[in-house]
Parts: sequence; structure tokens; C-alpha cells
Amino acid sequence: MKLPPFDYEAPQTVSEAVELLAEHGDEASVLAGGQSLIPLLALRLARPAMLIDINGVRDLPGVSATDGWLAIGAMTREYAAEESETVADAVPLLAAALPLIGHEAIRSRGTIGGSLAHADPAGELPAVARALDAQFVVRGPAGMRVIPAEEWFEGFLTTSRGPDELLVEVRFPTAGPGTGVSFQEVARRHGDFAIVGLAASLTLSDGVISDARLAFAGLSDVPLRATAAEELLAGQRPSAELFDEAARRATDDADPPADLQGSSEYRKTVAAALVRRGLRAAADHSQATERQ
Amino acid sequence: MRVNGATRTGSPEARKTLADFLRDDLDLTGTHLGCEHGVCGACTVIVDGRAVRSCLMLAVQAAGSEVTTIEGLAPDGGMGTLQQAMWDSHSFQCGFCTPGFVMQATAFLGDHPDADEQQIREALSGNICRCTGYQSIIDGVLLAAERNRSGQH
Repeated sequence: MKLPPFDYEAPQTVSEAVELLAEHGDEASVLAGGQSLIPLLALRLARPAMLIDINGVRDLPGVSATDGWLAIGAMTREYAAEESETVADAVPLLAAALPLIGHEAIRSRGTIGGSLAHADPAGELPAVARALDAQFVVRGPAGMRVIPAEEWFEGFLTTSRGPDELLVEVRFPTAGPGTGVSFQEVARRHGDFAIVGLAASLTLSDGVISDARLAFAGLSDVPLRATAAEELLAGQRPSAELFDEAARRATDDADPPADLQGSSEYRKTVAAALVRRGLRAAADHSQATERQ
Repeated sequence: MRVNGATRTGSPEARKTLADFLRDDLDLTGTHLGCEHGVCGACTVIVDGRAVRSCLMLAVQAAGSEVTTIEGLAPDGGMGTLQQAMWDSHSFQCGFCTPGFVMQATAFLGDHPDADEQQIREALSGNICRCTGYQSIIDGVLLAAERNRSGQH
């Protein structure tokens, strides 16, 4: 359908955008890449009175790595992050997930901040952010605040961003030596929403797992960390038996949603398979990075 | 904005998508609208060198951009290498999805002249065709890549 009418503002600076948000609050939606919001408008699932288009806001795109963190400006396009060597070197898990987001033409416009503020629980970036304990930097009338990923994702398409706040930057911790990663997903075709996705990161030192991180997409109304499996893995040496047990622990308590693409039981089975695959791939990758 | 090399101006309502602006205001009806919510890929055009869905971009957001539509690929009603290769491969039947596939493949081959079949399949995975079963489309893009490399038309 054609888009419903709305008022439209295109601020040039973060301060102007925040002022507009403070003025219009819940009545306004922030338009970033538009690859989720415009379909919601077309389908009448969202009816904001005003769109605040931040595509022209200076300083919002950009990628930089300093002091153990990769800072990504909220308006960095997904294709730009995908092509960035800084991203690939600093946060390989993010680099592994980016090509799986939507299709080529979607990544031309879609943004890192937009995707994470939209917070679709089946999305790749929310799972990566949750797995790595990313930090979300928002600006509001009262100034800046930094929100950890654990608190950012509150529910289906819901974050802890206030209606008068703008997401300006997302920070991911950079991967240390011996860290291997893998992003796994099962989808009907390349680029579709994952039926289940998994962000996996393993850090090995002297052959022992010192840090394990697993987060699922598509299993709940928020990206889901598999803490029981992570605890099992820490301190162990990688083996097929260990990964089998991790897959059981990661999915034991899961109660995934059912839809046309798969029943709850199917999703659970796929999730366990992805844990085994993801851990194996991350362990192999870790051995490769350890040798470098 | 510049469309197919010419400067075009307009004052569209904010809610008008780039697709509707191209079709209704500029009379460039080669860009097709299928689903109008970013799923089918029929409305794909090239904006500043990247393939985008013109139904998921507001016309006002294209101000100052360089836009290429299917009409801008070859002069005077002729066909470019990709179009000819797809013609020769019987890539399409009803033709509704054609402009989207051609624009997506044009952008992709521009960046990946040596793409193999798997890469082409992934690049075109966001475009839906309900006639062909896709094989003839992939064949056409592969043939175009081959012709580009060997300098044939």
C-alpha cells in the first residue's frame, strides 16, 4: 500500500533531532535506513504522526576502533560496515553476521543503529549485540547515557530507549587473540529472516575455553543468551561430546514461538543443531586466529 | 536529483516513495511496483551506485542523488550487454519482475565482475519471479558476466 500521511522533519544535527524527539515523543518515529519502518508504514502496522529523518544528520555514520571497543555510528549503513576492514579485524562476529542481513538492496540502505533500535528478535544484529555485551549510546534532552545490551532489549520490537532519546552509537568489544566466531542461521532462502540464528564466540587459550558466548535469534521475543551452556563450556577443552552437551543445555529451557515456517519443537531442534555447528566452527576459527 | 543523467526536479509530498515519484511524476514506468513493502524486489533501482528498493525510500530522500532506472541502462531503446544476454537466455516470461532483476544484477556485476553462480544466486535472492524458476535468469547473468569479461556484446 501507499504510505499513510505523516509530517516530516529532516534535522541536520543530533541536537536538532533530540529537540524534535523531545517535542513529539511517542507521536514521532525516527527514520534511519527505513528498511523496517517503511514496510511497517505501508502495512499500517505503524502510524506515527511524524517522521524524524536522521539520514542527513552529520556525524552519525562512521566506524572507529579504540581501547578495546569498536564504535559504530548509528547511521552506518550495513553494506558499509560489511565492507569495512576495521569491523572485520575488530569484531569478526559482527562481520560474519552482516552479509546475512536481508538482501543486497536492503543493506544498501539499512543501518546498524536502525536495525538494533528496531530490535526484531529474529534479526542478526540483536543476537550479535547480546552475545558480545555491546553498549548502546543514546542522547536525550538530559544528555548521554550508555545502556548495556542486557538492558537494551526489553521485548518484541521494544528497547529501553526513551521516546525522547536518539540512539547515536553502538559499541562492540573487540575480539582478543584466540577468539573464534561463527554466525549460523537457518532460513527459507538467503536473506530471509532466520527461522533460528545463533551468534557464537569462543576464546581459547592453551587449548582451553576461557570465554564462551552464545546468543540466539528467533527463539524468544528478545535475543536470548544461552548462559547455562556458556557456563558449561568455560574451562573445558573443545570436543564433540562437550558441544553436544552444550547444545542440550542451551535449548533445554527454550520455548520458541511457532509460526508457518516452523513449529516450536522444530525451532528447538534447529537451535540445538546450530549450537553444535556454531561451536565447532568457532573452535576451528579460534585455532586459526591463535596461530596468527 | 539526477535521473538517468538528466537533472529532474519536483516537490513530492513527504510520503511519496521514490518508486511513485519515478513512475507518476517523471513518467518512468519501467520501474515496476509489486508488493510495495520491500519484499519482491521489482522496484529495484540504482541510487548513488548501490541497488536499492525504491519503494523503501522516500522521494525526498533522493534529493541530490544520482538515480539510474531501467530506462537509463542503454540509449535509444537499445539493450546493454546484460539485457542482451538475458534476452538470449530467455531469462524472463511475463516481464513484471524484469526491471528489478536487471537493476540488481547491473549493480552486482559492476562490483563483482567475476561472480560465480552461487554469488549471483545470493545477490538476486531478494528478487521474486513467479514465472521462470530462476534458472534462466541466473544463466543470463552468468552469460553477461562472461561477455563482459571477454569484451563481447
